[in-house]
Amino acid sequence: MAVQTSFNKDAADPPTTPQSQQANRVKRSWLLSTPALVVLFIGASGPLLIVLLYSFLQAGDYGGVEWAWSIDGWVKVFLSRDIFDDTLSIADAHVTILWRSMRLSFLTTMIALLLGFPTAYFIATRPMRTRSLWLFLITIPFWTNLLIRTFAILEVIRNQGVINSFLMGMGFTEEPIQMLYTDFAIMVGMAYVYLPLMVLPIYASMEKLDFRLVEAGYDLYATRFRVLRKIIFPLVKPGVVAGSILVFIPSLGAYVTPRVLGGGKHMMLGNLIELQFGQGRNWPLGAALSITLLALVMAALIVYVGTVQKQDRGHG
Amino acid sequence: MADIASGNRQVESGSAKVSPAQGPQKPFSVRHQPGFTFIAIACFFMLYAPMFALVTYSFNAGSNLAIWEGFSLRWYVTAWHNEQVQEATIRSVIVATFASLSATTLATMAALGTTRTGSFRGITVIYAMVNQPLMVPEIVTGVALLTFFAIIKQATDYHGLGYLILAHTAFCIPFAYLPIRARLENMDLTLETAAADLYATPWRTFKRVTLPLLWPGILAGLMLAFVISLDDVVITEFVKSAGQDTLPTYMLGQLRRVITPEINAISTVLLAVSVAIVTIFFFLSRIKRTS
Repeated sequence: MAVQTSFNKDAADPPTTPQSQQANRVKRSWLLSTPALVVLFIGASGPLLIVLLYSFLQAGDYGGVEWAWSIDGWVKVFLSRDIFDDTLSIADAHVTILWRSMRLSFLTTMIALLLGFPTAYFIATRPMRTRSLWLFLITIPFWTNLLIRTFAILEVIRNQGVINSFLMGMGFTEEPIQMLYTDFAIMVGMAYVYLPLMVLPIYASMEKLDFRLVEAGYDLYATRFRVLRKIIFPLVKPGVVAGSILVFIPSLGAYVTPRVLGGGKHMMLGNLIELQFGQGRNWPLGAALSITLLALVMAALIVYVGTVQKQDRGHG
Repeated sequence: MADIASGNRQVESGSAKVSPAQGPQKPFSVRHQPGFTFIAIACFFMLYAPMFALVTYSFNAGSNLAIWEGFSLRWYVTAWHNEQVQEATIRSVIVATFASLSATTLATMAALGTTRTGSFRGITVIYAMVNQPLMVPEIVTGVALLTFFAIIKQATDYHGLGYLILAHTAFCIPFAYLPIRARLENMDLTLETAAADLYATPWRTFKRVTLPLLWPGILAGLMLAFVISLDDVVITEFVKSAGQDTLPTYMLGQLRRVITPEINAISTVLLAVSVAIVTIFFFLSRIKRTS
């Protein structure tokens, strides 16, 4: 409908000057985009404002909020109030979870980079004919269900899983090695599910790599490692930065993977937030934690944009 | 071109570099990096082996996930007759169908609105809004919608599937938008100008020229949106009312209990659907490039 009206409007009053033509085009742009923007505002961005508001309200006794201002939600992000004498102390549990989220996200990004970089290089150096097939093989896991992939990892690393059955069958260990419900499990799981997000942007940069530069390096007696470090890596750095951000951000906000592979004890920020809206019944604290997570993600994005701009300036 | 050029020179540099002492080995390749191929192959193996195991054990006759007791379709039959699974499947398909159709319609309009104009102030606002679901962590969007819909539910007493469809539509928009915009940007504008010169009305031009050219992009966007909606766990988990499980949230609930190969069977079917749709998408995008 909106398409029709906007087009007709253009026809009805024919533009006379380039300025009014451009003004009409801008108006058409807004008309066509508005329905999508409205749905996005109702179904995605707008409710974030409610979360911000709720973080400054008092917790209701049975979930929900009381309509009274309070900064208790924010105080409890890092501090805990003693129930007997009201003194404040550092909330160890929350700090531990926050630290675990950052640490595991960082380690996940590093693992994905160490595995993803050579994989992207491998794909980019295949002949044109088979290259799209390899790319397709990376894309498939990216589009398949995250829960199913997490579940697949669960079956591999659990005590009766593939790895432990193999190790015990070969007589390497008597007892199964406890891998499930540890930080290690969460890290492996996240690296597994987010690996394609690292490979794809690095590949996009690698594809444009001019191998004559690499060859020039070898002609000047550079070693393989030196060529990698001084020629290839700097040229594909935008892809590496983009891939790292694309892995780091969802890791930081991960919910499904730590829930399935970390069990109840090894929570990440996402699980802590869920707890506050569920059994914890402290919506303001949950809201404050959500805003904290959002701020961390935004900080990562700002660092990313800053890096990209610096690189652009460097080349220009 | 670059391939051919470096390929030819590869031989030259090969003959120059390989010293006779090393004997007649394979020629020096500028593209080789030690260990990279090994890591890459290991990566592909690691990506696929767990899924392969998952699919294999869905055909296990026994109820144990680790011990193979022979081939059987028993767990597929169990899942097929499980009423909860049936309901969740139907619900998933309904939500994904409505959400992907509306998201694609909205995204097509937005893409038409943002590609045919030069840049103007405000276009970055549109881009930011459209891409917003990709940047905000799902858990945050999930709790935000939970609080928002809690208010609406109290006010209107409506508890239907509308909330899920609205939420899914919103986060599917960027996925539908990207392929459609990519298609529009590569499109030849002269055809539309020609139609306009031949006195076609703007609407007629859109219907007869733009839409047929845009069609593969729209279809690609629709399929991606459908897969994204079908696979969503986190936002659905927070938005759904009681008894509104979709297939992924049902599975998430089951993972807390004793796991039987029934979950493997459901996963395999979901996996097959996703892979099939993505494969069609892959070929669709290849065809349009060659034609």
